[in-house]
This record gives sequence, structure tokens and C-alpha cells, in this order.
Amino acid sequence: MIRIDNLSKNYGSVEAVKSISFSLGDGEIVGFLGANGAGKSTTLKIMTGYLTPTSGNVYVGDKNIIDDCLEIQKSVGYLPELNPLYSEMKVHEYLKFHAAIRGIEGTDFTYALKKVVADCSLQGVVHRTVGNCSKGYKQRIGLAAAMIHDPKILILDEPVTGLDPNQIVEIRGLIKKLGKEKLVLMSSHILQEIQATVDRIIIIDQGSIVADGTSEELISDSQSMIQLHLDILNAEENDIQDMKAVIPAINVKTVKKSEDNVKVTLEYQHTSDPRKEVFNYAVDKGWVLTEMSLSRKNLEDIFRNLTGKNSGETDA
Amino acid sequence: MRNIFTIYKKELHSFFSSPMAYIFLVVFALVNGYFFNVQFFLINESDMRALFGIIPLVYLFFIPAVSMGLISREKSLGTIEIISTMPILERDIVIGKYLAGLSLILVGLLSTLIHYLTLINVGSTIDHGAVFTGYLGLALLGGVYTSVGLFASSLTENQVVAFIVGIAIVLIFFMLDKLLFFMPSSMTGIVQYLSTDFHVSNMSRGVLDTRNLVYFGSVIGFFLSITTRILESRKWS
Repeated sequence: MIRIDNLSKNYGSVEAVKSISFSLGDGEIVGFLGANGAGKSTTLKIMTGYLTPTSGNVYVGDKNIIDDCLEIQKSVGYLPELNPLYSEMKVHEYLKFHAAIRGIEGTDFTYALKKVVADCSLQGVVHRTVGNCSKGYKQRIGLAAAMIHDPKILILDEPVTGLDPNQIVEIRGLIKKLGKEKLVLMSSHILQEIQATVDRIIIIDQGSIVADGTSEELISDSQSMIQLHLDILNAEENDIQDMKAVIPAINVKTVKKSEDNVKVTLEYQHTSDPRKEVFNYAVDKGWVLTEMSLSRKNLEDIFRNLTGKNSGETDA
Repeated sequence: MRNIFTIYKKELHSFFSSPMAYIFLVVFALVNGYFFNVQFFLINESDMRALFGIIPLVYLFFIPAVSMGLISREKSLGTIEIISTMPILERDIVIGKYLAGLSLILVGLLSTLIHYLTLINVGSTIDHGAVFTGYLGLALLGGVYTSVGLFASSLTENQVVAFIVGIAIVLIFFMLDKLLFFMPSSMTGIVQYLSTDFHVSNMSRGVLDTRNLVYFGSVIGFFLSITTRILESRKWS
């Protein structure tokens, strides 16, 4: 449904987005991850027609964002990063304004209002002034405004930022529900949130796509090399280095000798499993294995590896 | 057209949901009323020229104040991103906001009709045609200043900066024909034509010339057009 084709965006001499390409299909919920300044929000802004690409294009069906911007904007609902709202309006007035620009008036508006108010649980604040609503309600008002015209595509920039855990669960449920009938592209700096909500994750770093797949695929890909940690009593460092000659599938990555024990990290391809050979080797050498454990990478490790940054700092 | 009206309604709602519009209307009426009545009973003539001389001066400060937030506030709040990602042309946003600002000015101007009613009651041999063209001139002048104020508002996200830039530009238009003395004679015609005061004073004397209407229309069109271009330019930032 959406095709990003060699999209680039320069701010002066800074290349914010570098020739990225990917496609999104109907009914997908896609998470867009990236460190601060990675080009994530810039990409979303181009997709919504707020910015024009330096080169490349965004295609929605047979239309493109450069020539058919207004047409594409009709089919997109957008929640910007900081969720700016007209705080002096009442909630229903704010939603009416959005609907009016989309040509939804009269009974159509009444129906649309009823639906988004129910979907976003806004029943208690419909007649309240936007500025007087809590942060959680404001976020839901922004989401309701993005959904008022029942768009085929929803683009949500950090939709759960600032919400409490209960509100996050509610919004997550809503996004999952919407994803059954719409294409939802959401960015978030909360990796667990992305993992819990989306079908597919696209990671962008320094303007380039560095990973694209389901969270399982990303974890599986990144675990092509598995690490095995051993804690051994009665072992000599030389014997450990000799293990490679007996078990060719392993690489000895680190060896740390202390008074009584040796801590060893071995590495091997995920296609092989040399744990039995390692155990037998230890028995032959008369070692006492006090620990043998695998380290499995989680999405946060992958994100940190791919972007080379601490995930806690991500905010773009 | 529907979108222009939607933006227009939103802006009017924004004006009247804060004390700003009410303060503007009350102070505008009081200031004009005071200066008109002081002169009116002093010169003892049955015309509105005293009022038509005061209002352009009051406009100099009031119109940039009314229009300073029209776009700069959207920029500072970030709502410009909301409005710019809706299926609406930048031109329609600009026209809707312009008409809302102008409407508030015209309501203020209409409040001065009370002085015309006073004149009808106490005056004699009133030139109603001159009053009509005078008001038309003031409405058009309000249109020019509002378009300048909107332009200034599009340049920045700081409302105070927009206010100061707006005053500076309208002051230039207002002062041009007062500076003719310092101009080379070959330029006086052009400079005088560019001055708003020249056209307003023509109309307040009861002269309705198409050149005046073309002038006002051109200046308004020019400023609305560059304001639209400025809004569009965010795409290429």
C-alpha cells in the first residue's frame, strides 16, 4: 500500500535521510525505531506531506507525495510527535474542526464522533476544554483527531510518550485493534512497547535502514553467533585454549582466571550445538562445571548493536 | 472555499475564546471615540474627517496586535504541523486566517458608526457619499494592514517579533507620503502612489478612483501571496 522509494532528505549539508526504501502492506502494524536524529521523524513528516523529499518519493497506491500530496493526505491520519492541540477549543469542537477539513459534516460527523469517542474512551471529556484535559486524555484526543475520517493509513509519532502504564495498555490495545483494518506505522523509543504492539520493526540509524523484519526475525538474525558461558573449577587456561582443537565448532572468546575458578565465554554458530562436546571435554579434563548458560539477545541488545547507542537516549 | 470557511471559523473562535478580541473592540471604540469627540465639537463641522484622520493612526498599533499571532502562534505551539498535514492548500489557510483577522477589524470599524449617527442627529448638510467612501477606504486600509500583519506573523514563531515587524512595515506604508519632501522629484509620484495615506485621504474626501481600489487590491494580494509562499517553504526547509 505504501512504497518508500530511495527517499532522501537533506537539511542544508546534513543528510537526515539517506536513500531509504521499504514497503508497507494493508493491515500491518509497523514499528519505526531509531536513535535521536536518526531520521525517523523526518521520514514520517515526508510521508505525511509536511516536508518534501530532496530525492526519491513516497507512493500510496498509484499516487505519490510530490504530485498528489492532498490526495494522499486525505487517506492518512497523523499524530505528530509532540501532539500539538488547540488548547482553547472544547474536545468536540477540536474533532469537529478536523472533520470539517476532511469534509465530514452533519450526521456523518455525529457518527464519526461517536465512533472515535468510544474507540479512544473520551466519553468523560467530550465537552471539556482541551487545555484542561490530562496528558493521557490529550494523547487520546490527538489520536481521535487522526482517526476521525477513518483513514486507511495511520502514522503515529511516539503515540505512548508520557502515558502511565494503564493508559499505555489501553492505547496498545486500540492500536492493535486498528491494525486489523488499517495500516499503522508507529514510532516509539520504548522498545518493549514496539515489541508488544507491532508485527514488524524497521530500525533506522543515521538516515539509513539497518534492520527490517518481525522481532523474532531480528532476534534470530542477530543470534547467528550464540554465546555459551562456563564457570569451571580446577581448570588451567592452557587446557581451555586447547578446547578449540578438539571442538572446531567453537571459538574461545574470553577467559578470566580467578583464584579458584575460570570464567569462559565460547561462541558458536546457531546452526550447530556443541554443548554436549564441551561437557564431555570438561569431564575428560576432570573439570567441575558450576555453570553453563546461553546468552540470548533481546531486542534492546539488537537495537543497541545496530545503532551503536544506548536505547534509553532514543527520542527521535 | 469550504476549507477557507472552516479556518475562518476556527480563527474567530480563537479570537473570541480569549479576552483579546473583547479588549481590542472596547479599547478601539474608546480611543477613537475620545479623539473624534474632542475634535468634533471643537471644529464645529458636519463631517467625519476627524475620525477618518484618527483611525489610520490607531490601526498602526491595533492591527499588528490582532494579526501577530495568526500564524506565529501555530508555529510556536506546533499546530502548524497538524494544519499542514491536513488536505488543505496553504493558500486557503492564509485566506481563512486573513478574513478572520479582517473581520475583527471591520467589527471594530463598524463600532465607530455610532459617531456617524451622532453626526446625523446634530449636524447639517452632511456629505453621506464622502462618509461612505471614507469608511470604504478605512476598510481597505484595514485589509492592507491585516495582510501585512499576517505576513509578519508568518516570518517567526515569536508573537512579539511579529508585532514589531508588522508595525515597522505598516509604518513605512503610512509614512511614505510624509517623506516626499526628501525624495527626488522624479520619484515622488511613485512614492506617493505607494503610500496608504494618499489613497485613504482621497477616499475620505469622497473621491472614489479605480486607482485607489487597484492599489489596495494589489498590496493585499501581494502580501497574501508571499505569506502563502512562506508557509509552503517549510516543505523545502
